[in-house]
Amino acid sequence: MSIEYHEEDVPHVLAVDDNLIDRKLVEKLLKTSSCRVTTAENGLRALEYLGLKENQQQNHFNGKGTKVNMIITDYCMPGMTGYELLQKIKESSVLKDVPVVIMSSENIPNRINECLEKGAERFMLKPLKLSDVLKLRHQLIKCSTL
Amino acid sequence: MDAVSQLQRQFVEHATSLYREGYLDDQFTQLQKLQDESNPDFVVEVVTLFFEDSEKLLNNLATALQQESIDYKQVDAHVHQFKGSSSSIGAQRVKNVCVVFRNYCDEKNLDGCLVCLQQAKNEYLLVRNKLEALLNLEQQILQAGGSVPMIT
Repeated sequence: MSIEYHEEDVPHVLAVDDNLIDRKLVEKLLKTSSCRVTTAENGLRALEYLGLKENQQQNHFNGKGTKVNMIITDYCMPGMTGYELLQKIKESSVLKDVPVVIMSSENIPNRINECLEKGAERFMLKPLKLSDVLKLRHQLIKCSTL
Repeated sequence: MDAVSQLQRQFVEHATSLYREGYLDDQFTQLQKLQDESNPDFVVEVVTLFFEDSEKLLNNLATALQQESIDYKQVDAHVHQFKGSSSSIGAQRVKNVCVVFRNYCDEKNLDGCLVCLQQAKNEYLLVRNKLEALLNLEQQILQAGGSVPMIT
């Protein structure tokens, strides 16, 4: 039995990472897990895409008019950290319910707690493996059927 | 033994030795798992990006460490990037040098940093040569109509 994906059934994920190789990798991991992916190279670009940049009109459908089902972001980024990006998302009435996943190459308990307390869905250690992302994808399906 | 089998055996031997000698770790296997018919050049693409990115980073590091007044935060930022990308593609030995390198940055230890830069360069060149040889073998196998053995 084959599963047909309709536009709305495929989760759309925004992946944010300043490292080019990591961006390519997370994009592939998500696509292999049947997600549609948009990438951003830093927090500002991510906010722009989400329609959250200052002076941008807030609307339910961001940027290109496509809804985002999940945001996955690196923690250490120049300018705006993943934590700061998480904060901005949680402060937005429109986007606060979008699950945010934080990735980091460093296993620092304080950092992890800080992010989870701010409302991050998950904290994942880099480098990401396919099994990690497949698990995440499984959770996303649950989210979208709510 | 026909040409394809010979190439496949060479590939397995080469890949196995790379893992055994610590040049590559499991993360490289993860990359190979992501390659499929819809994206048959994925590994080559990522590895090529890594080569380009690494060469830029090594140049930036050399420049940063040549300054009269060294900005160790900047040096550390470059090493952090290098550590990240080498870790993501499974270039274990390069990543390990980066870990030590970052400690020297924290200590603002110039000599330590310079030694690490040299080591990082050496390890990078080694893994680059070995990966190029591996991917070359892969290409030959595919061109000869064979399939690439998966190393687990």
